[in-house]
Amino acid sequence: MEKTIDGKSITVNEEGYLKDFNQWDEKVGEALAAEANITLTPRHWEVLKYLQKEQQNQVALSIRRVGKSGVVDIKELYQLFPMAPLKTATKIAGIPKPASCI
Amino acid sequence: MKNLVILGAGTGGTIMANHLHHHLKQPDWQISIIDERKEHYYQPGYLFLPFDIYAPEDIIKTVEEFVPKDVKLIKKKIDRILPTGNKIELEGGEELSYDILIIATGAKIAPEETEGMKGAEWHKSVFDFYTYEGSLALRNKLRDWEGGKLVVHITEMPIKCPVAPLEFTFLADSFFKHKDIRDKVDITYVTPLSGAFTKPKATEALDHLLEEKNINIESDFAIEYVDNEKKEIVDYGGRSIPFDLLVTVPTNKGDELIERSGMGDDLNYVPTNKATLQSKEYKNVFVIGDASNIPASKAGSVAHFEAEILTDNILLYIKGEPLKEEFDGHANCFIETGNGKALLIDFNYTHEPVEGSFPFPGIGPLRLLKESRMNHMGKLAFRWIYWNVLLKGTHIPFVSATMSESGKHYEKAEPVLN
Repeated sequence: MEKTIDGKSITVNEEGYLKDFNQWDEKVGEALAAEANITLTPRHWEVLKYLQKEQQNQVALSIRRVGKSGVVDIKELYQLFPMAPLKTATKIAGIPKPASCI
Repeated sequence: MKNLVILGAGTGGTIMANHLHHHLKQPDWQISIIDERKEHYYQPGYLFLPFDIYAPEDIIKTVEEFVPKDVKLIKKKIDRILPTGNKIELEGGEELSYDILIIATGAKIAPEETEGMKGAEWHKSVFDFYTYEGSLALRNKLRDWEGGKLVVHITEMPIKCPVAPLEFTFLADSFFKHKDIRDKVDITYVTPLSGAFTKPKATEALDHLLEEKNINIESDFAIEYVDNEKKEIVDYGGRSIPFDLLVTVPTNKGDELIERSGMGDDLNYVPTNKATLQSKEYKNVFVIGDASNIPASKAGSVAHFEAEILTDNILLYIKGEPLKEEFDGHANCFIETGNGKALLIDFNYTHEPVEGSFPFPGIGPLRLLKESRMNHMGKLAFRWIYWNVLLKGTHIPFVSATMSESGKHYEKAEPVLN
């Protein structure tokens, strides 16, 4: 599915996750956050950058692991990204939905 | 003489002992299997025990009767693995050297990971059914429970047999109908996932069944604590769900032995090559079943399929030849849906469960992802197969270790990280 954000075209899958991280920039992140009714603060960005780094290092993401990362605890993660925080945060960060569950 | 040591005489360990003793014989090899437990439990039976479908004697046998005579059974507690010294330390300080080690120590529940779970209401109105004790206590509770809010809950993934909580929910629906009190029971299924299951096609089918049976679903629920006084579960987002009877699947973790040995990840699972089943760190250590961190279901059928490939790989390792990278994550599970029916799903790392027929393409007799009585008969027959065929390492006719793609209606699943 094609989407246009700030004059730029991006491709997302049926669940709204970006297909190619190269299409991501902070503007795209802000637009995706707005769709989830989230206004990004510096604290949000710290979490998003951390998730992107983990993804780059091919670490499988889980709420438990993020909670123990020292970057953010689970309680705050929920305050920043309410409801399904990891699913929402990865979507905004432009990385795939975590496949940590089997 | 060389030593092959197996840690754990559950499903995976017992199958490996039965496979390997045909190949590794004295005086060249001694196979030992270590487990402190006397009993071997048929774990899928924990699902049926609460509803009085199975009795304790149906699901308990001795460890001993499934261990071949030429395999040495050591009934002691394992203190530590010393992987750099190729040694096992047993309780009391006794040491055992190995040339090859197979870790088959499984996974178990860790209710202490969630605040308040093992609190005042534990085994009073808060139950697990992943242990024999929990399942039996729940049976006694259900025998005279008169109704109210039943909440079936999963704490976090991964868990053993990820479909078991759903099956429990379906069987509960059926159980209360037969008791004529279904109208007095409100059933809610609470999951950290976005829907009923981890794979999209199966989730569609299962969500539909939940709706049809008038079962509420609360998804994306990440529990923070159990409130024993108010009798509710509360998630990190502040959502709370009240219960009269909570049946929860606590966090699952690998054995503490793995933690004591410094060989596990954050949930005590051993990092394992998902295609060869060799430990990622130690070449002469192999891992089978729930103890590994591979992205396959934690289920007996997976251990059974792994065993065939692991046996080949251990023999290749002994000959100094390259290992087969063949394990594909194959799992095959019956899903009880109540009222004498069941679904069957067959999947692996890359292919999600789909509709079709099994094991013979186009013929069946079992139907994939469709409710049928035949599937239910299959599930019940499986207990006999487990005790008489599977543990003994006998190949189950027509069911291969790697998954067959014929007779199924596919779309490719998304690849899994690991």
